[in-house]
Amino acid sequence: MIFFRHLAVRLGNSILLLLAVIVLNFILIHSAPGDPAEVIAGEMGGATIEIIEEIRSRYGLDRPLWTQVVIYVRQIAGGDLGYSYYFNQPVSSLILRRIPPTLLLMIFSLASAAIIGVVLGVISSYAPHSVPSHLITFFSLAGYAAPVFWTGLMLMLLFGRFCPIFPVSGMFDIVAGHHGFAYVWDVLRHLALPSLTLILLNAAQFSRLSRASMLESLSTDYVRTARAKGLNERRVFLVHALRNALMPVVTMAGLQFGPLLGGAVVVETVFNWPGLGRLVFDSILRRDYPVLLGILFISAMMVILANIVTDALYRLIDPRVRGGPK
Amino acid sequence: MRTLRWPQLILVAALVSGLLAVRPGLGWAAEHTKGTLVLGTDSVPRHFNGAVQSGSATALASTQIFASPLRFDANWNPQPYLAESWKFSEDGLTLTLKLVKDAVFHDGKPVTSDDVAFTIKTIKENHPFQTMLAAVDSVETPDPLTAVIHLSKPHPAILLAMCPGLMPIIPKHIYNTGGNIKEHPANVKPIGSGPFKLVEYVPGEYYTLEKFDRFFIPDRPKLDRIVVRIIGDVNSMVLSLENNELDAIPQTDDIPAVQRLEKNPQLLVTNKGFEGIGAINWLAFNTKKAPLDDVRVRRAIAWAVDRDYIVGTLMLGKVEPSYAPISPGSPLATEDVEQYKVDLDKANALLDEAGHPKNDKGERFSLQIDFEPDSEFLQHNVAEYLRSQLKKIGINLTVRSSADFPAWANRISNYDFDLTMDTVYNWGDPVIGVGRTYISTNIRPGVMWSNTQQYVNPKVDELLNAAAVEMDQVKRKALYLEFQKLVVDEVPIYFINVVPYFGIWRQGLENIPQSIWGPLSPLDEVHWTGE
Repeated sequence: MIFFRHLAVRLGNSILLLLAVIVLNFILIHSAPGDPAEVIAGEMGGATIEIIEEIRSRYGLDRPLWTQVVIYVRQIAGGDLGYSYYFNQPVSSLILRRIPPTLLLMIFSLASAAIIGVVLGVISSYAPHSVPSHLITFFSLAGYAAPVFWTGLMLMLLFGRFCPIFPVSGMFDIVAGHHGFAYVWDVLRHLALPSLTLILLNAAQFSRLSRASMLESLSTDYVRTARAKGLNERRVFLVHALRNALMPVVTMAGLQFGPLLGGAVVVETVFNWPGLGRLVFDSILRRDYPVLLGILFISAMMVILANIVTDALYRLIDPRVRGGPK
Repeated sequence: MRTLRWPQLILVAALVSGLLAVRPGLGWAAEHTKGTLVLGTDSVPRHFNGAVQSGSATALASTQIFASPLRFDANWNPQPYLAESWKFSEDGLTLTLKLVKDAVFHDGKPVTSDDVAFTIKTIKENHPFQTMLAAVDSVETPDPLTAVIHLSKPHPAILLAMCPGLMPIIPKHIYNTGGNIKEHPANVKPIGSGPFKLVEYVPGEYYTLEKFDRFFIPDRPKLDRIVVRIIGDVNSMVLSLENNELDAIPQTDDIPAVQRLEKNPQLLVTNKGFEGIGAINWLAFNTKKAPLDDVRVRRAIAWAVDRDYIVGTLMLGKVEPSYAPISPGSPLATEDVEQYKVDLDKANALLDEAGHPKNDKGERFSLQIDFEPDSEFLQHNVAEYLRSQLKKIGINLTVRSSADFPAWANRISNYDFDLTMDTVYNWGDPVIGVGRTYISTNIRPGVMWSNTQQYVNPKVDELLNAAAVEMDQVKRKALYLEFQKLVVDEVPIYFINVVPYFGIWRQGLENIPQSIWGPLSPLDEVHWTGE
């Protein structure tokens, strides 16, 4: 009962938080000088004042800001994210179309970065003062320190121009129109360079963390006990030490999801990957308020939901938290 | 041991992928698909109805989807298209179009004079270029293949206004449904009578055009399909072209990329085909703000700027200089104006005369310069150069950035600026794209590319109004010559260069568009060698 009451309170708070996010985003975005009517008129190569006024009126931009906020909140409450000024499409269909490519890029990159990072971290921890270990540390830090757009462009140059084995833009070959396995293969080939860019950025963190975690794990009592029992070194290393060292890595994988979305904006733009990140970039450039607000709303909702779920899971799993405040 | 399985699998997959990718025939860098042309652009079309939306993003598609009464060759001569003939009356107040017999829309309905009349009415009421058809009073349709256009005054630019980019003939039976035509659903699912029909549009990503089998010109179009990919990042677009993922970038002003691609033997780089657009890069003055309200100060700045250095060094010698309001590609252009060859002594003398002596630090006054935020090469570089150059005559110039286009446009169109770099299109004829930035009746706050300099000269107004109704080309040219001399002399704008647009096409493509409207005209004759 306490659990459900707490959940209800959290849900109520979350709705208020979501409302605050919507209003704040709306006001901040609309406070910048200039508006979408100028972008639309600008791309027309000029327009009369009547046309600019008509655009403002069509999209309700001529109304007072607070009226616009109220209309928008009401609209969101009714499940309508609005209509894109620029793409002439409902925002919900634009966003829905862009979510799968972004998820594919992010999940693939995150999983690959975690696996590669852990492997490198483990190799590095096996002989922490050896040349391979120093080399891994050097390349990890270089990958992490390089700006994402620069890494992306260098990979494009390398694999697009000098050694053209991967496509450098898009998600699939529009002209060939592949189906079935050929389509999957085509997408994987297009995925190579954008995901490699994100992997280079993120594998460094996993490698450093897993190295430190492994070193710590290798110095614990249970590892010493395992060795004392006469287990072979490989089993001690991979089963006893690594399994325990992976816990912080898994936690970090979850935390990396947010920053990875930020990185995806740049990577998707550089590689013309048709995901949410590129939509954010296009919408910022064109002041497409409804799309920007829609994406911010969806992201805020996802974060809030994730927090509620985590909170609820803690309560279910850990009896110490279940009782609530005394 | 489970932890090691995935890394091993990924390693194997990566190796196999690499091996397959480099195998000849399976690699990415394959030959083009037969009959298909893949274009790259960084512009997103809001929709495809060029009758109510100007700009090259829409025109690139709408000129393929819709046919227009006329088209133009590389020498500014009108050519038959939907109209097989056209004739002005003696007094120049009536223009009669005779339409071809066999033209049909993509839905099979015939193209008639009713569609022409409906289109002209729609453009007059909705198109951003209001001067383009302002002189049209009415359109009579005595029979399905004859349209008689009545004008309130002679209109020498009307034939140019009938080109594919400016007058796509839209079907009355589709669009005449009432309501706001700018929001008509057919704008994103267009039905035209042009050489290609739209078969797919994924907003912001790509659109596909397919050959229209019943196009009214026999044996055209020659291509089966055109795919236009929208690639926001120019570097990515250029690498896609080098990597054979694109066949052409029909319009770009990225000079460093052009310079690199020119060396690629598989590509053909041309600057032909942009005369109609007539884009000029210039330095504009706020003529109502002191000290720039004094013509001597504006002239001093003009004498201080070294145009040759900007054109030859800053822009890597890849651009053409511009000296006057009408773009050099136009038959009405002139170079017979004061060209302001750099002369710092003259500039200093003019500032002294205007009452702005140098102080102890050698400074006279401070000014601010703006530039379009996405124009690093053409504008920001020049603004930075001007900062150091104007210091030589005692003007302390600061360069102000804007976060994005709306922020910059908001400042300029509301006169919150001293000087600004700007790029403005002529759009073929001075009536459409030139007069708007000089005529005093077009000083309209909040409107970009109106007379944002707030320049007022009754003689200029008189000349522009007279030239706009002069049907005799020789007399018209004389009127525009006088106008250009006056404007250059009073320097509301200092003209720097023609915007260096280039088309980059893969070798093996025949008949690439080189008329005055270049890629903003039908690509019905383009084809691959041997196809």
